[in-house]
Amino acid sequence: MGLLDRQFNNSNVIITSMENLLNWARLSSLWQMQFGLACCAIEMMAAAASHYDFDRFGVIPRATPRQSDVMIVAGTVTLKMASRIKRLYDQMSEPRYVVSMGSCSNCGGPYWEHGYHVLKGVDRVIPVDVYVPGCPPRPEALMEGIIKLQEKIRRETLVRKSA
Amino acid sequence: MTFPEIARKLQDAFGDAVVEVKSEGVPDPHVKIAPGRIHDIAAALHGDPDLRFDYLMCLSGVDHGRETLGVVYHLASMTHRHKLTLKTDLPAADPKIPTVSDLWPTANWHEREAWDMFGIKFENHPDLRRILLPEDYPGHPLRKDFKVPEFYNGMKVPY
Amino acid sequence: MSVDPTETANTAPLTTSTGRKLRTEEMVLNMGPQHPSTHGVLRLELVVDGEIVVDVIPHIGYLHRCFEKHSEAMTNYQQVIPYCDRLDYLASMNMDWAYSLAGEKLLGIQVPERVEYIRVIMAELQRIASHLLALGTYGLDVGAFTPFLLMFRDREKILDLFEMTCGARLLYNYIWIGGVSHDLPPDFIPKAKAFCRYFRPNIKEFNDLLTFNEIFIKRTASIGILPADVAVSYACSGPMLRGSGVKFDLRKDDPYSIYDRFEWDVPVGTGEVGTVGDCWDRYMVRIREMEQSLNIIEQALDRIPQGDVRSAIPKRIRPPAGDVYVRSESPRGEIGFYLVSDGTASPYRLKARSPAFVNLSVCPEICRGYMIADIVAIVGSVDIVLGEVDR
Repeated sequence: MGLLDRQFNNSNVIITSMENLLNWARLSSLWQMQFGLACCAIEMMAAAASHYDFDRFGVIPRATPRQSDVMIVAGTVTLKMASRIKRLYDQMSEPRYVVSMGSCSNCGGPYWEHGYHVLKGVDRVIPVDVYVPGCPPRPEALMEGIIKLQEKIRRETLVRKSA
Repeated sequence: MTFPEIARKLQDAFGDAVVEVKSEGVPDPHVKIAPGRIHDIAAALHGDPDLRFDYLMCLSGVDHGRETLGVVYHLASMTHRHKLTLKTDLPAADPKIPTVSDLWPTANWHEREAWDMFGIKFENHPDLRRILLPEDYPGHPLRKDFKVPEFYNGMKVPY
Repeated sequence: MSVDPTETANTAPLTTSTGRKLRTEEMVLNMGPQHPSTHGVLRLELVVDGEIVVDVIPHIGYLHRCFEKHSEAMTNYQQVIPYCDRLDYLASMNMDWAYSLAGEKLLGIQVPERVEYIRVIMAELQRIASHLLALGTYGLDVGAFTPFLLMFRDREKILDLFEMTCGARLLYNYIWIGGVSHDLPPDFIPKAKAFCRYFRPNIKEFNDLLTFNEIFIKRTASIGILPADVAVSYACSGPMLRGSGVKFDLRKDDPYSIYDRFEWDVPVGTGEVGTVGDCWDRYMVRIREMEQSLNIIEQALDRIPQGDVRSAIPKRIRPPAGDVYVRSESPRGEIGFYLVSDGTASPYRLKARSPAFVNLSVCPEICRGYMIADIVAIVGSVDIVLGEVDR
């Protein structure tokens, strides 16, 4: 208990609200579903590797949607893949979040004009919480996206269902 | 062997199945052949000990416009280190051509892609179905007269 | 361990110790588009008899991004280059270079000497970066996590060099038809030389950690054996082909650019720890290629001349009508571009012959009779990148 107990003058009682506690627990260990589709997947892997290190945010990759909290859609979503993405999203258990990484999953990216097989944005099939722009976004940009997601989770309330 | 020697050998063996031999004024010389005889010519190119074209580098479909499709074969030989380009023209209304996947197994996937993108039918192909697009996708996209569908399985396709 | 795939079910029933005969049946197992070990969105339909794989049917197209249609729609030949980057996103420099070679052959342009040296240095650095990622993720596939982190650490240093030159870490848009987009910054050459000095001992570290590790050898030796004649008939190229013992490298056997000015060697698989053409051989070819790339880079850095890198870039590209097929050696094999021009300012037809597409088609042949875990090792050793398989 390194950092926390120094804030409370050596007592071991913390008073907080249920919402704060749950939100803090959820945002500190966002397990991501390894869902790299294309080039952005390489930057996602670089963000998870040692130079940029996602693990210090509590983000570790899990292979199965059943055990993950956040799905980072990294790469172009094609029409053939879209139904599988919907199925994977449905298999995730709540609370679940989606980060759309890169221009291709934000809005179709460089393939928006003549892509007859490209879905122009993953938000046409699943709801998205955070959009990270870039082609590909730097690992720092993806980390900012995750931090923004953490801020969004921090503001959540038990009274109203949000995820 | 040089290109003129290979072209001469093909013309001697197959006569009028060789429609055109072009080596002047183009960056890559090519031989244009009649589509119906492609399998015989390919077998000769593959089996003849002086030619020994055992490496099919690439097989592409082309839409030439004016109601003509085409197939282009780029062949190479690992033993003799020479290359050859073969071209054929097909009518767009009924593009049929015999397969070469029994001679070069790599042609299997290339021909499936040509079918997928252009609608060129390869006769006697073991498994001619779409490879890149979904099975129920309407149309052959790389044709010049292709129109992007408005909706596919409930998803809006254009931006 | 492998069994004859025709001997299943009724022909070879299992018998328990009490003499009871068991029947097995074949089952279809889907290694779906989302899978941690398929290196992207590849779907493998496995027909399995218990744990033994009887047949593998690859399904691709989950990343088909309409590259060829986009290249026909561009209004300028140079505008296609960002799309070429995204074909094989781990080897963007090589993709750009292959397309630029096709454009230059159509136009009849000769690029300045400095541009040739820069292109060789960038392509070989890219080859090392691509192999590092391929081998790191291959270690992940068979269960070794640490090499992944170490190889990414070294890859970041190469990406720093690229970022210093052209501003991008992954998709560069750097090599254009007729030249390159930016000249090398002043401290590129000292930093690149420092990288070469730093990296060479690391290859020995990787060998100690993974290559000659007993578990790794057990997972990869004599698995996925690809005979040389099958490789040639399936038009395999790159480390797939060289791992089977065929000494064929486009940089030496169908030469382009200035590779003939450097002293370097082509590594081939020799069946050191298993059989010729197994997964370990392909892995070892990649490790040795990294060493050879270091040799090329060091020689090029010493001899690079001065010059203007943008002097040969044409202002208007309107090639004469005609078509070319140009191939070059990317980290995965032979990348070829078939470019058809009709005399206008945009390409008429551009077909990308991608090495991973062709190398993947041999998978059903080499996967029969192995166990499901070995399929992961075999597909990992093919080193596919779905961006170029699906285009």
